[in-house]
Amino acid sequence: MKYLKVTTFLIAAALASPVAAQEAGGRLDIVVQPEPPGLMLGLVQNGPTQLVAGDIYESLLRYDSDLNPMPSLAKSWEISDDGLTYTFKLNEGVKWHDGEDFTADDVVFSADVFLRETHARLRASLAYVKSITAPDPMTVVFKLKEPFGPFINAFENGTMPIVPKHIYEGTDFANNPANATPIGTGPFKFKEWVKGSHIHLVKNEDYYVDGLPYLDEVFYRVIPDAAARAVAFETGEVDVLPGGSVENWDIPRLAEMDGVCVTEKGWEFLAPLAWMWLNNREGPTANEKFRQAVMYAMDREFMRDVVWNGFGKVATGPIASSTNFYSDDVTIYDHNPDKAKELLAEMGYDGEPVRILPLPYGETWQRWAEAVRQNLSEVGINAEIDSSDVAGWNEKTSQWDYDMAFTYLYQYGDPALGVSRNYTADRIKKGSPWNNVEGYENLALDEKWAAAATMVTPEEREAAYAEIQKEIVDDVPVAWMQELTFPTIYRCNVNDLVTTAIGINDGPRNAWIKK
Amino acid sequence: MWKRFRSNMGAMIGVVLLISVIVIALIAPLIFSDGPWQMVQRPFLAPFAVDGLPLGTDTLGRNVAAQLAYGARVSLLVGLVSTVVALLIGVPLGALAGFYGGYVDEGAMRFTEFFQTIPNFALAIVLVAIFEPTLTSITIAIAIVSWPPVARLVRAEVMSVRTREFVDAARLAGLSKPRILIQQVLPNTVSPIIVMASLMVATAILLESSLSFLGLGDPNSMSWGYMIGAARTVIRTSWWLSFFPGIAIVITVLALNLIGEGLNDAFNPHLSRKGKA
Repeated sequence: MKYLKVTTFLIAAALASPVAAQEAGGRLDIVVQPEPPGLMLGLVQNGPTQLVAGDIYESLLRYDSDLNPMPSLAKSWEISDDGLTYTFKLNEGVKWHDGEDFTADDVVFSADVFLRETHARLRASLAYVKSITAPDPMTVVFKLKEPFGPFINAFENGTMPIVPKHIYEGTDFANNPANATPIGTGPFKFKEWVKGSHIHLVKNEDYYVDGLPYLDEVFYRVIPDAAARAVAFETGEVDVLPGGSVENWDIPRLAEMDGVCVTEKGWEFLAPLAWMWLNNREGPTANEKFRQAVMYAMDREFMRDVVWNGFGKVATGPIASSTNFYSDDVTIYDHNPDKAKELLAEMGYDGEPVRILPLPYGETWQRWAEAVRQNLSEVGINAEIDSSDVAGWNEKTSQWDYDMAFTYLYQYGDPALGVSRNYTADRIKKGSPWNNVEGYENLALDEKWAAAATMVTPEEREAAYAEIQKEIVDDVPVAWMQELTFPTIYRCNVNDLVTTAIGINDGPRNAWIKK
Repeated sequence: MWKRFRSNMGAMIGVVLLISVIVIALIAPLIFSDGPWQMVQRPFLAPFAVDGLPLGTDTLGRNVAAQLAYGARVSLLVGLVSTVVALLIGVPLGALAGFYGGYVDEGAMRFTEFFQTIPNFALAIVLVAIFEPTLTSITIAIAIVSWPPVARLVRAEVMSVRTREFVDAARLAGLSKPRILIQQVLPNTVSPIIVMASLMVATAILLESSLSFLGLGDPNSMSWGYMIGAARTVIRTSWWLSFFPGIAIVITVLALNLIGEGLNDAFNPHLSRKGKA
């Protein structure tokens, strides 16, 4: 179990003398897949953009793999006892890549003006904010309307990147010509982008943390074919394959090569959790006993080991184990076909067929659906696989035309940010595949979700979420499958590449190459 | 005629191969009662690595031998049914066009050309994608792209047969036109149709495999094309996953071609082929 540390942090402690002797210099080649649509992190926040722009832009905080906040642009911070005031002290001597000074005004402009307009996910959190002010050039104060515990997770780089006020104030943000040559405060500067080939970043010599970064340059390489990416890594052309850039089956082969390391870390903040929507409205899946039987029928350990080559973790409930307020004090659904058959007999299942809709993201997901179908048929459930492309999958899930449908969603560190949206009745709305698609309605639990989001202390929230998890896991609104990890493959002489909860998105900052 | 067919070595090999495939398809449920999707062992087991799994296991630990046997059912079923459907469309259309001529012929042939101008495989992909991949939609799609050559062949045959004396005799005897067509003309066009049909089954099996390879197969029925498609990403580490279904397709298609050739020779004894004494 873990809870948020909200005490003041001193930068001195965080930047204490390094243990190993890092070596400066060298170049790192990282695969980026697919090519990002743009690098202005305040405007575009999809995966490839976060990967590259995470070196150019920075936010107030970074997070370690337990989601504890660490200093970044802010050197210290304080949350008042009532949970309403967040005060940040900024690092001094920070300069934008064009030489201008970075001040608290940039933070106020970014959060209050720029991102409020461009960043939908942050806007939802900013709804709790009454005011953002800069009492002096090195201090920023956020005042909230009511306590909102998850707010401390909103200062991550993909959520609240700080953009330069002197470039963007009073302009049309989306069409500002400066978007093509991003200016940030980060450890690397944008040098060149050859479309279809590579993005070249160079070391920021004026970076405000002494000695960082160690690398001279970073190349993000665009290689469109998965097999070609694997070959590029084998031949030494690239040094890092970020999660998801090669087929699962290729991972063991690449990992066995000499001097190659694999890590599953670096996904703690996003914490992608995969599950099957079970249609709670009609058909056999509307019956709670049937849904429980589905859970008992599946051998999820086997699926993790075989379909995902052992990467990931079998889910116990709606909250991923790396997300804050995770509790494992819930009913555990192990592989128990007899129990599943019993439950089916109790409900009087008549063999009505159910359709399984796989996620159309390639081989792995297709095999996963086949394994589920086989497990279900072993306990007597008549299951068929529905086939679909991406557009069809979106259509069927958002129009509720399915019985069981695979999906996965990010959690962003806190249940109030990335979990409750899939289970409360006010989020039942046709037309979106990201909300309460299963149609689960439990009004008593809705109140608990709402209350837990605005409780002041982490201890209160922890207790509230533990209660919610215990209750919801018995209802099985959806069939939780597993916490996905997308392993990062890299050469072992690259050190300190994945040290935070967002992995290599801000990894090159601390990375160094041993010669 | 059977004598001539029997004396053709290639054709007899074809018959033996095809019969073995049919037998395997028929008895598949008896040997592999758990079906082709059952995960029986560790994944990626090489052939003969474990007793009872002579062809190894696939990416999910399913028995490749069972998959092959069940795949034969789908391939043969789709091949046969789609050919029958294609014949049901092509033969009447071609016969009417050839027999009546004039506007009927013009209309039918322009309609046929309309289909012939679209590449077969592209049209099949579009049809399956629109109707969602099921065995029925795949069979119908294959039939729709395969009937035009049948129509043209039947038309040509009918045109040549209808000018023979026995047709004139039938007309003089007062038989109605439809009766002449059905009772006198069509039976005399049967042999080239049979030859063509045997080759069409082979083409249909290839088409079905190609569709499944591209992920447009019926996700609920095991087929050879699906097996190769699923093994594509692991071809460097697990050769047997794509090798055996590939061999199965080669054997079946080869068998059908040999039979087709044999039938052709048997029906047309006077056409001695090149390279033969």
